[in-house]
This record gives sequence, structure tokens and C-alpha cells, in this order.
Amino acid sequence: MTVSTQASPRGWMKKFDAKNYVVYIGFVLVFAFFAVTQTQYFLTPENLANIVIQAAPVTVMAIGMVFVLSAGEIDLSIGSVVALSALAAAVTARETEQWWLAVLVSLAVGLAVGLVNGLFVTLVRLPSFLVTLATMGLVAGLARQLTNLQSVPVTDSTLVTFFGGGELLGLPILVWWTAAAVFVGWVLLQRKRYGAHVLAVGNNASAARVSGIKVNRVRVMVLVGSAMTAAVAGLLYAGRLQGARYTLGEADLMTVIAAAIVGGTSLFGGKGSVVGALIGSLLMSMLNNGLVLAGLSVSQQMVARAIIILIAVSFSLRGKKNQ
Amino acid sequence: MNAPLVPSEVGAPEGSTPQLRLVGLSKHFGGVVAVNRFDLEVAAGEIVALVGDNGAGKSTLVKMISGLYQPSAGEIWLGGKQVSFADASDARRQGVEVVYQDLALVDDQPVYMNMFLGRELVKGPLRLLDRKRMARETQELVDSLDVRIPSAKATIKELSGGQRQGVAICRATHWASNLVLMDEPTAALGVAETAKVEELILRLRERGAAVLVVSHNLDQVFRISDRITVLRRGTQIGTRSTATTSKNEIVSMITGLQHADA
Ligand SMILES: Nc1ncnc2c1ncn2[C@@H]1O[C@H](COP(=O)(O)OP(=O)(O)O)[C@@H](O)[C@H]1O
Ligand SMILES: [Mg+2]
Repeated sequence: MTVSTQASPRGWMKKFDAKNYVVYIGFVLVFAFFAVTQTQYFLTPENLANIVIQAAPVTVMAIGMVFVLSAGEIDLSIGSVVALSALAAAVTARETEQWWLAVLVSLAVGLAVGLVNGLFVTLVRLPSFLVTLATMGLVAGLARQLTNLQSVPVTDSTLVTFFGGGELLGLPILVWWTAAAVFVGWVLLQRKRYGAHVLAVGNNASAARVSGIKVNRVRVMVLVGSAMTAAVAGLLYAGRLQGARYTLGEADLMTVIAAAIVGGTSLFGGKGSVVGALIGSLLMSMLNNGLVLAGLSVSQQMVARAIIILIAVSFSLRGKKNQ
Repeated sequence: MNAPLVPSEVGAPEGSTPQLRLVGLSKHFGGVVAVNRFDLEVAAGEIVALVGDNGAGKSTLVKMISGLYQPSAGEIWLGGKQVSFADASDARRQGVEVVYQDLALVDDQPVYMNMFLGRELVKGPLRLLDRKRMARETQELVDSLDVRIPSAKATIKELSGGQRQGVAICRATHWASNLVLMDEPTAALGVAETAKVEELILRLRERGAAVLVVSHNLDQVFRISDRITVLRRGTQIGTRSTATTSKNEIVSMITGLQHADA
């Protein structure tokens, strides 16, 4: 016989704690606000699809970031991986005219950066914060060197269709990319042993270790996974914008981390939500979209976005640290 | 309650293969002899307490048996076979489970995921987690050991310290095929919670587990153990049957008023 001996009223209240739903509540509120104030344009199907499409690279990276944060690490190098991956793909496509080679080179960039991050974190035992801060600079430098600050157009029709403007079953291809990333991420985190091990490592690494979980392997895997999502994001940018430039992705790091955290992923490890990260990313995209529609200048948008991110993250982190 | 076992003082009850047998087990750290030629047998259904002052070598001994330290000399036998452990997961594979003082649980995960931590059950060709089966088996286990928690699906964070240690002990029992090691299992608990955990340890004995428990609490040692073995500065002073020794004798063995047996 099992008896609830304590804490059931508290447990009940915890389950309905608004903090866990902050991202959904925020999403609905912001959506309603723009729908009411920007009636003529905001609710059109094109604009709604546009919100998802513009969010796609950030959504993909936010899902990679969910795993990194859940494992108690962080990856600051993703923004510059976006740029190097996109440029490497664009240059490869220009030189070889083989779209698949461009994709492979881009993914190889992600794999290499992820492995370097992972090896320094596990073998040299440096905090991921420092390692990925260094690789962020390193990769950004390589991206600038690769084409001498020049942007490279992408003309390959496969790349432009498959990673950019294509459609499948009447939906934009970037919506499919988003859906695929969310599905794969959700299955990995919620339904596979891998996800359970990632969360265990982030929550209590020594418990994970004595339970036979290969803690360092998990750390390398999340960092490789995150760099790979950044490489894919680079392809998505190159495909949609039909070109690559060293500035791609440079403003995304804050948005990606904010999307993950607002979506319920813990900055301190042990907790992650892939669906939350999707909603968080869409929320950020919607805010961008709404700010543009509201006629704010670029610099005003930057200020507004930073303030909104700060508020959103404070809401979702408040009180969680001490639990 | 079972009738108390009356084992011989040095070895396990006769006629059965001991679950654990240590022969001349030693550990040196450079010039420091942390454990010197330690001998012990623990039988199935028996609780042996390991006592000694701070720095006596208790944790070092537990770490050798759980695969965290390699012995400098001596033998470890499990269920009649001599073994060696490459690391802690190797020891677990060979049937040794450890209940750690600092609660090796994942706070943000449900009880059932902790019960199967590192050994999660999967189903189907995609090897997806079988959460339903893990929750069911966990519920059956905690029910059968009478560990009172709200549910197998409760998050560890929602549980009290005693409930958490109950979960850790359940996990060890579930997976141990040879031996459950406990290093100060109640050190972090209050009086009522300690009593609960002691009840649980006694229930493990009824189920035939072999238990080696390190404890600082002599009252506890006398409440739950069948035999007591004493370490002082790495040397085994002696092993006594709990039923025939006294607290005074054990205290004098711990403090050095009484010299080693042999
Ligand atoms: N990793 C180690 N390196 C060096 N000396 C150690 C190490 N672990 C334990 N010791 C020494 O071995 C002795 C026994 O320690 P320990 O097993 O922790 O004792 P207890 O658990 O009985 O308090 C102590 O003198 C301690 O300093
Ligand atoms: Mg100790």
C-alpha cells in the first residue's frame, strides 16, 4: 500500500505553477496583442508562415541548446559556426557545383567545432563557457578569413530550394525543417535513453557516473549536437538568403539561449523542453515581426528586443535557482 | 520478524557459500596504509556492520569493494568466485550495489527513472524508453518493501530525505545480485527517518540480501546488525557477533583500549 505521506498539497500547487507555463502564456498574450493592434497584416497566412520561417534557424539551434543546457553545459560558439558553415557551403557549391558536397562540408564544420569543444571540456576539463567562448572567436576569425570578408552568393538551385524557398505539400520547406527538428529533438530528449542520460548528467553528474552513464561521452555528444544544429542553421540561412556572409548568425546567440530558457530549459542543467524551445523561438520571432510592423527603427528594435528578452528570462528563472 | 541468526563470530553461517569474501584485502596510498590485510565474509540474509573512528579506513574498504579503488593486495570473492573490478560500473555489473551517503539520485527526475538510472528499459525496434513498465516495476518494488512515497512517478525533489534514501536503498536491492554496500546510509537523516530506513534495511535481510553497512551510530549498529567488525587505523581489530558482544567492548576496540585479536 502506498500512502501519500507529505507534500501533496504543495505538489499539487507546484504542478499548476504559472512559471512552468510562462512561455505559453507569453506566446498567447503577445500573439493576441499583435493580432489586435496590427489587424490588417499580422493574421494573414503569409505573415504567420513568415514568423515560423524567420524563426527556423533559431528554432533548430535552440533545440541543440536545450540538450547542452540540460547537460549542465553551454555553447557560445553557435553564432560563428552559423557563419563558417554557411560560407563553407557557399564556397564549396561555387567551386564544385555539387550541392551535396556543400552540405557535407557544412556539416563537417559543425562536427569539427563540436568535437574540439567537447574534447577541451572533457579531456582538458575546462568549463564549456570558456572553451566555447574561445572557439566562438576562433571560428568567427576563420569565417572572416575564408572569403576575406566577402559575401558569397548561393545559386545552386537544390540548396536554394531544399534549404530556402522550396515547398513541400503546400507548406514552406522551412516549416518542415522546423517540424523535423522539433520531432527529432523531442524523441531524443523524452523517449530515448540518451535524453535521460543528458538530463541525469546535468542534474547530478556524480550520480550519473556511479550509475554507469558515460558522463564525458554525453558532454561531447551535446556539444557536437549543438554545433551540428548551428551548421544546419547556416545552411538554412544560406538557402533562404541565397548567399552567405560572415555576419550570419552573429546576433542569434542571445535569442537562442533566451528561446531555450523561456521555454522551460534550466540554465543550471537537469531540465529541458524541446517544445518549449520551439514556442520560445516563435515568441522571439513574433516579437521581431511585430516590432518591424510597428515601425521601429533597427536600433530601437535592438533595444526593445534586449529588454523583452531580459523580462522574459527573469520571469522564467525567478525562484528556480533556489529550489 | 525472523529469529536472529547466530553465526560463528568470524565467518558467515556455515554450510553456505558467502556472498562476499575478503581475504587479506589491503590498500596503500604511497606510504600510508589505509587498510591492512582485511578479512571478512558476509552471507546472504546477513547484515554486517563496519565501524571505526574517522580515518580508520572504512570508506577505503567500501571503495575497494565497489570498484572505485583497486586493492594493493588481497582477494575479493563474490558468490564463490574470485573477482576484480575495472571500475564502479564493472562492480555493479557483477552484482555489487552501493547506497551512497550523499544520495546518488537525480532530483529533477521521477522515482522510476532513478530506479533504472543508467539501465533504462526500452521497447520496440526504435528502442524507445518503456516508461510505463519502469513506473509499474518501481511501484511494485516500493510497495513490496513498504517504502512510503506518493507515487513511483513523483519527482525526487518532492520527497523527504528519508523517502529519498528509501528510494536509493530500493534501487540497490533491486539490482544487487551479490551484495548491498551502505556507507553511512542515515548520516543525513533525522530520528524518525532513520528509524524508517533501519526498518527497510532489516527487510532487505528478510529478503536474503547480504548487507555490509558502515555506520558511526553504535545504537544503530546494535539495532540492525548480525555481526560487527572493527577497524582502527587500517587494522582489523576483530569481528564480533552482535548478540554476544557489548557496546563497551566495541567502543574499546574502536578506541584502542583493546588490542587486535590475532
Ligand atoms: N585517495 C586517498 N589518497 C591518500 N590517502 C587516502 C585516500 N583516501 C583515504 N586516504 C587515507 O586513508 C585513511 C583512511 O581513510 P578513510 O577510508 O576515508 O577512513 P574512514 O572512512 O574510516 O573515515 C586516512 O588516513 C586517509 O587520509
Ligand atoms: Mg568515511
